[in-house]
Amino acid sequence: MASDAIADIKATFFQECEEQLAELEAGLLALEGGDADLETINAIFRAVHSIKGGAGAFHLDDLVRFAHAYETSLDNLRAGRISATPAGTRVMLRAADMLADLVRAARDGGAADIARGEAIIEELVALGGGPEDPGLDEGDGMDGLDFMPVQVSFDSDSLDGGEATAGDPSAPRYVIQFKPKPGLYAKANEAGLLLRELARLGEASVRCDVSEVPLLPDLDPEGAYLSWTIVLRGDVDEAAIREVFEFVADDCDLDIRREDEAPPAPAAAQSGDPDILSLLKKLEAEVQNQRGEAVERTPGQPSPVGLQTIDRQPAAEKSTKAEAGKTTAGAAAASGQTTIRVDIDRVDRLVDLIGELVINQAMLAQRVAEAGLGRGSAVATGLDELERLTREIQDSVMAIRAQPVKPVFQRMSRIVREVAEITGKSVHLVTDGESTEVDKTVIERLADPLTHMIRNAIDHGIEEPAKRIAAGKPGEGVVRLSALHRSGRIVIEVADDGAGINRARVREIAARKGLVSADAVLSDDEIDNLIFAPGFSTAETVSNISGRGVGMDVVKRSIQALGGRISISSRPGAGSTFTMSLPLTLAVLDGMVVSVAGQTLVLPLTAIVETLQPSETDLHAFGTSGQVILVRKALTPLIDVGLRLGFRTSPADSLSCVVILVESEGGGRSALLVDAIQDQRQIVVKSLEGNYGHVPGIAAATILGDGRVALILDVDTLVAARQANALEQSQAA
Amino acid sequence: MSKTVLTVDDSRTMRQMLRAALVDAGFNVLQADDGVAGLEVLEAETPDVIITDINMPRLDGFGFIEGVRREPRHRAVPILVLTTESDAAKKAKARSAGATGWIVKPFDPEKLVTAIRRVTA
Repeated sequence: MASDAIADIKATFFQECEEQLAELEAGLLALEGGDADLETINAIFRAVHSIKGGAGAFHLDDLVRFAHAYETSLDNLRAGRISATPAGTRVMLRAADMLADLVRAARDGGAADIARGEAIIEELVALGGGPEDPGLDEGDGMDGLDFMPVQVSFDSDSLDGGEATAGDPSAPRYVIQFKPKPGLYAKANEAGLLLRELARLGEASVRCDVSEVPLLPDLDPEGAYLSWTIVLRGDVDEAAIREVFEFVADDCDLDIRREDEAPPAPAAAQSGDPDILSLLKKLEAEVQNQRGEAVERTPGQPSPVGLQTIDRQPAAEKSTKAEAGKTTAGAAAASGQTTIRVDIDRVDRLVDLIGELVINQAMLAQRVAEAGLGRGSAVATGLDELERLTREIQDSVMAIRAQPVKPVFQRMSRIVREVAEITGKSVHLVTDGESTEVDKTVIERLADPLTHMIRNAIDHGIEEPAKRIAAGKPGEGVVRLSALHRSGRIVIEVADDGAGINRARVREIAARKGLVSADAVLSDDEIDNLIFAPGFSTAETVSNISGRGVGMDVVKRSIQALGGRISISSRPGAGSTFTMSLPLTLAVLDGMVVSVAGQTLVLPLTAIVETLQPSETDLHAFGTSGQVILVRKALTPLIDVGLRLGFRTSPADSLSCVVILVESEGGGRSALLVDAIQDQRQIVVKSLEGNYGHVPGIAAATILGDGRVALILDVDTLVAARQANALEQSQAA
Repeated sequence: MSKTVLTVDDSRTMRQMLRAALVDAGFNVLQADDGVAGLEVLEAETPDVIITDINMPRLDGFGFIEGVRREPRHRAVPILVLTTESDAAKKAKARSAGATGWIVKPFDPEKLVTAIRRVTA
């Protein structure tokens, strides 16, 4: 096999591993929930078995070793030697996590925690069910040689090997007695083929014993009457000869004897005996007449084929094969495939092309308008139809990229287990709407924020079991993860039934960290939202669970980077719910088209809070060149976008401009000063990073209907740059 | 004319490996992903040899072999069992279901072809 073919298969293997791991986890969770039937347990076993099988082919030894121990335990479970206790299931789940780590280490080249693996193997063994089942052993691996107990009488001389062949020790001589039983033919083995294989090993002379063939009335067409004596000369060892008979060892009498003296080869090789040959031909004809069509591939027919020219096949069989060959292609196509696997690059290319199409169609519309053709004209009508089709194609292509959120949700169950274990809390994850679909790129970037929120929910939300029971709640906490489609967006909720936000404490911390003044009047909602403020962390010590030095502000920022919003609602004693609303795709966004110093820019609509016309009384100078604006009784920094991006060198006249209030990192608000608002529309996002690298303040670009390129502003970095700038200025002053 | 092999295995990896090895060796390859699908293929096809896995959903290898042997048209087709289990008990069970021979996973293409040659004309 070519090495790229092997690389392909390896890629398939790892893909399949992910699927098997998902199935494994789903099965184990069903087991944990107590609703696992035998088929679920079989599926769990198969998943691990299949991973082990593939891993063996690629010599992934760590993976094979662990999978083998795991499989042994699962086999015990399957066979009922151990039962699915809650504790046992938890070990199984941890083993599934370990297996996933090993798979990923094998794929990405990292190192998995072998010591942890060993510990889990010990736990698996401790579950009982007996020692390793030899039935699962890899045995002799690649060579496939394993011996069945066969009655063989050894010549003691040959065993001792004392009297080696005098003349040519490298070419021993074997006498093989081979007498098939009917079972050999019933399993579709052919004596003739075995003789052919023997002949490959060396110089073979074959003698057929037909003495047991009965008279025709007594002949059972599926009986076995023939036996052979083969004299084989060649540089072979007995194991190789025995291997030829590997499949039939139980279905024949076999005697292999090494002869050290070299008597002359028997003269009467069967193939040369015209009498017996004609007898066999006659027999064959008789049998065929007797059994008609059915004899075509009857296993019991002691095949004379092998005795004559090996390649000869009955004519009937040949025609069957020819037919089979003809129908092969058709039937393969007919066996319905409901899904196909497509390289993601191809789909991405399609998405890009659709983007081009949308742009091109907008340009065409503009040209038609410029040409003075009315909306009622045939061209304009055709164009409307084109627009409708374009939108449908766009939706269809986006649907191809859409994936259910299930894999991400499944990953969360592992997080729940790990965090619950570390915190000593008892937590159950309930998922809902796993089949809700969203663009693949959105899914990929959901995992981190979700992980963080789940950790927070358990670490800060769910109480200790004793505390819960004291509060009249069940000892086991519930984290609910749900997804649904709502008005063209996906809404994901992370809800816990814990203690809810401790508002007094949040307030106190926020005041201590200078996020709010100690005497500020805050609504419950405002207090809850303080947890999204940068630098806010309620953990007294940075725990290693929610830790890593990031807080909910990072979560909020990553959700916003996806064009999403996040909000929280909390009831003391009843728990908190985080609600995220995300666009279904990142390839298209709703944007506000604005002009700044003759340039056209786009602001993502998700970042915009409101737009307003500034009045002179609201504007105040700040520092040397800065300005702030009073919006709803709050002084908000005013950013001159034209100045910031270098489109102009002197500040614009704020009064003739439009102010767009945007929300950025952790809910901080800023006001952007632009010349005018042009439009609000769906735009196709074109990445700049591939060709230009990262441009600060610019997220991406788009092409407008008139063919001009418009930059899409990155509100967060634009605002962050202002803050850095302000700091510089204050230090300079 | 090249021979046709039907492989029955629920693992995509294994199907791909088998296909690559068999096509390289000049066989026509038909594939099914479990025993039920395998029997469906056999309604229309007459392969020269069948290679099947043991652990599969819906219908496992043992059941599949029995199903093949029950069908007069296929009772003489050689069936090789492809499995990691090399112990005597599993093999005996496969044999009593009517398996012709076996190949121990992980296999190399050469071993595979040798095993096929040993059971097909």
